[in-house]
Amino acid sequence: MVSQFQPAGPAMEMGTAFSVQHLSFFYGQERVLTDVSLDIPQRRITSIVGPSGCGKSTFLRVLNRLYEVVPSARAVGQVWFEGRDILARGTDVVDLRRRVGMVFQKPNPFPKSVYENVAYAPRIHGVRKRRVLYDIVARALGQAALWEEVHTRLGKSAFDLSGGQQQRLCIARALAMEPKVILMDEPTSALDPTATAKIEDLITVLKDTYTVVIVTHNMQQAARVSDLAAVFLTGGEMVEYDETNRIFENPNDKRVEDYVTGKFG
Amino acid sequence: MNRVWSQRTAFALLGLSALAVFAALAVVLGFVTVRGAPAISWEFLSAFPRRGMTEGGIFPALLGTFYLVLGTVIVSLPLGVGAAIYLAEYAEQRSWIRVVRIGVNNLAAVPSIVFGLFGLAFFVKALGLGVSILSGALTLGLMVMPLLIRSTEEALNAVPKEFREGALALGATRWQAVRSVVLPVAVPGILTGAILAVGRAAGETAPIMFTAAAFYTPRLPRSPLDEVMALPYHLYVMATESTAFWRTRHLQFGTALVLLGLVLILYLWAAVWRARIRRRKRW
Repeated sequence: MVSQFQPAGPAMEMGTAFSVQHLSFFYGQERVLTDVSLDIPQRRITSIVGPSGCGKSTFLRVLNRLYEVVPSARAVGQVWFEGRDILARGTDVVDLRRRVGMVFQKPNPFPKSVYENVAYAPRIHGVRKRRVLYDIVARALGQAALWEEVHTRLGKSAFDLSGGQQQRLCIARALAMEPKVILMDEPTSALDPTATAKIEDLITVLKDTYTVVIVTHNMQQAARVSDLAAVFLTGGEMVEYDETNRIFENPNDKRVEDYVTGKFG
Repeated sequence: MNRVWSQRTAFALLGLSALAVFAALAVVLGFVTVRGAPAISWEFLSAFPRRGMTEGGIFPALLGTFYLVLGTVIVSLPLGVGAAIYLAEYAEQRSWIRVVRIGVNNLAAVPSIVFGLFGLAFFVKALGLGVSILSGALTLGLMVMPLLIRSTEEALNAVPKEFREGALALGATRWQAVRSVVLPVAVPGILTGAILAVGRAAGETAPIMFTAAAFYTPRLPRSPLDEVMALPYHLYVMATESTAFWRTRHLQFGTALVLLGLVLILYLWAAVWRARIRRRKRW
């Protein structure tokens, strides 16, 4: 199958994973994002931060077009990814989502075994050979720092794992399709501090291979893990986007300063 | 004081209504059991009727009902489940889908005798299938279709959206997501709905009286195009049209008890199964 996406395609600066241009977003009549433009670099961790209801999760769901599950949702603008505007007509969303994996707020393993969860994506994308599948599963679980804990119970239900393990399983499930990008939607908000620390460690390792975009409302988490941060505020406006350190030390916008120093949010 | 009394009166009346419903059920069950139990024996279940149906058993009717129910499941399950999957998973709110939905709901309100007459006109006469198991199963299948569609849709809608989104986010097509993640989770719910539909089909007389049921057959059916005896119809003719129907009351109550027992067992099975799924669910 020939892919619509060309990693070294034109119209993008080298080293850019996503180039978002004048993106606005609507649920019916309600505006959720207002004219957002930013370039998300490859193989770095970009965090999207902001108070509840600022449209940060919606922004993430534009990047793999998962927003489409809501019938009234509508995105306007351009989002370039590997040489193609993914919002344009005729984009192959199956192909897109294979390249752009996603991890959700609440761990959502399928009601299947540990092995079947990780084998899910390669299977639906056509891998049939058991040996090949097993290797993919083992590698993905290894990358997600879960292999040691689960390799003796690959056949057990994924629901028997702890919450933190389930979330790492979901990360492994996304890694198994060898994506270019991993989107994470508040991946630790349902987890305890120990499990959160493990996931954060994992994220910083992943950036060697993958582009990571992480949504979080936890400012400390953004400061700990991300290289760049985009701050969204209520109304779906992006008010600041820069190296994470710079934003925390010296925000340009007064509202951002109030937010990062915890005056509201 | 006034408020306390008004509450007491209200609860007393409400409790009384609940009790009355339960009592009605208990009376029906008790009455049929007491009058029917003496007739139940191995011979009653396994033998043909004898002497103009004044003696003997109900085996052909029992078997006929089994065949009819089986045929109903074969006819209605794939179609009903398929339609429900389409409505729940694929159909966006297009206007013709709304028409389909209204149609399904109205089908549920059609009296069963109308299904019987339609079956006679269409399956028996127009399609030339004759009075047969096939005609009866098609008619019953049509009748339980709305039940099946609604219960299947409910089962599908009860699947958490996280599963669906998880699959889609991994690059599954909508069909792959439905087939590999949503359906397996919904299957127990779909099957309990199917059991309830079977219970309904087993107990109906009107849809089969012109399409499948025979007053008496000297031999068991050999093909889907044969007519059959069936429990509800057997009961009906024994009670109204057979020779000396006043002398066969014990057989009639026996038949009623068997029919009631079958349907109750099906409903209990569905209820127990559903409860077990609820308990097992951990997402």
